[in-house]
Amino acid sequence: MLKIEDINVYYGNIQALKGVTMDINEGEIVTLIGANGAGKSTLLKTISGLLKPKQGIVLFEGEPIGGKAAQSIVKMGISHVPEGRRVFANMTVAENLELGAYLRKDKNGIKKDIGKVYELFPRLLERIKQQAGTLSGGEQQMLAMGRALMAKPRLLLLDEPSMGLAPLLVKQIFNIIEEISEEGTTILLVEQNANLALSIADRAYVVETGRIVLSGKSEELTASEEIKQAYLGGH
Amino acid sequence: MELIQQLVNGVSLGSIYALIALGYTMVYGIVKLINFAHGDVFMVGSFVGFYAITVMDLSFIPALLLSMVTCAIFGVLIERIAYKPLRNATRIAALITAIGVSLLIENGLIYVRGAQPEAYPNNVLPMDKLDIFGVSISSQSILILSVSIILMIILQFVVHKTKIGKAMRAVSFDSEAAKLMGINVNNTISATFAIGSALAGAAGVIFGIYYIKIEPLMGVLPGLKAFVAAVLGGIGIIPGAMVGGLLLGIIEALVSAAGYSLWRDGVAFIVLIFILIFLPQGLFGKNRREKV
Ligand SMILES: Nc1ncnc2c1ncn2[C@@H]1O[C@H](COP(=O)(O)OP(=O)(O)O)[C@@H](O)[C@H]1O
Ligand SMILES: [Mg+2]
Repeated sequence: MLKIEDINVYYGNIQALKGVTMDINEGEIVTLIGANGAGKSTLLKTISGLLKPKQGIVLFEGEPIGGKAAQSIVKMGISHVPEGRRVFANMTVAENLELGAYLRKDKNGIKKDIGKVYELFPRLLERIKQQAGTLSGGEQQMLAMGRALMAKPRLLLLDEPSMGLAPLLVKQIFNIIEEISEEGTTILLVEQNANLALSIADRAYVVETGRIVLSGKSEELTASEEIKQAYLGGH
Repeated sequence: MELIQQLVNGVSLGSIYALIALGYTMVYGIVKLINFAHGDVFMVGSFVGFYAITVMDLSFIPALLLSMVTCAIFGVLIERIAYKPLRNATRIAALITAIGVSLLIENGLIYVRGAQPEAYPNNVLPMDKLDIFGVSISSQSILILSVSIILMIILQFVVHKTKIGKAMRAVSFDSEAAKLMGINVNNTISATFAIGSALAGAAGVIFGIYYIKIEPLMGVLPGLKAFVAAVLGGIGIIPGAMVGGLLLGIIEALVSAAGYSLWRDGVAFIVLIFILIFLPQGLFGKNRREKV
């Protein structure tokens, strides 16, 4: 579904991704794990069109998207839930969800999907008229995810959805990620919490200083001594 | 009664400031640029209205609409040609460019038609005196005020209820997140310039009808005062610009009424200094932006 080949991405003169190659198959949950500053968010931003690769190829369902404008990429079916949620704090929950459907014209479909989002996140329905800035961190994460789903993505990019959340909420969010996956959306998940990410993912890539250093099935990585040492807290 | 008449004058003048201030504040909200050429868009709007009325023989509403459309296009051209290439440049570079654009428009117009003033005909709107509770108010003031209020209501509707308005608010708040929604940020910025400039064009026509005399440098002082009004209300905040404009108009009228009409122009800048010292966020500004 998504194929990335040997991309280099820069911020000015600083190279943040160095020859990254990866692929995601339809229906999978793939996770990227790696330390702070490794380049995980940069990779997601490159896929969603916020950054342009200086070199290399990004293919989505066979079509090159590297360097396309973000809005065309959303239209093609990739939604990105950015790190830190980035909800529109000055707008209501309902308005945030409407903006998620910005490119869609099927009014009835939009209405139906808003209903689905409220089913997935009943907490949002209770706060429908509230300004997004007044929501708790967990609720903002739900809103950011719901907003992204409103675009009807076939590939959903999630950047650290558990950041700053209490363990119980994290569990809830991860259950919902699995639910979204079961409904047929392919997921690329960035997580600091490698244990948790590996527990729901089919496959994983390990990123270190802009490079993919390891990849494989989740079970294999969970079992690997190297990963245990570096990311799963020893033992 | 004299005082009430002065207040009516103040509100009329204030509504002109408010219309101009809206453009300053909307543009600042979305690209963080003080568009110093905005007062000149107001001036161009006034001239378009003048020629529409005198040469093309249009009545008030068609002249107003023509001026608004012309200014909308003009504003978008300014944005695309002068500001867009500087989107990622330093703010001071953009500011200096804005001042340059302002000088170019003023002197460009003087080069094309000369610096001599023009006078709006005084029969554009009916000049009856209405007697309201013993206060005589010209029907013209009331019409002008009504037009301003209608434009502001339409603006509120556009910003809050339409798709482009929601896109404008989203881009103002977080342009990168807006991109992720599929919003075309460049088009949204252009729309903001178009709407702000159209309001300035309307203000130009209203100003001409109210104050008769127009000339190529007429945009400088009202432009600066509208900027003060926008800062007074809280730069970037739409209702703030409306209230700030009205308030500034009323303050000026009261200063005149108190017999200090020579101080009228200075007062706006004294107000600016006071806000910057005591209330730098403006009346409607929040101290911190809600960022999580
Ligand atoms: N806007 C930026 N400008 C310059 N450098 C950046 C920017 N964003 C990230 N970086 C750098 O790029 C590298 C990768 O960052 P990022 O992708 O955010 O890492 P991660 O998401 O894995 O924590 C880091 O060294 C970071 O400092
Ligand atoms: Mg990150």
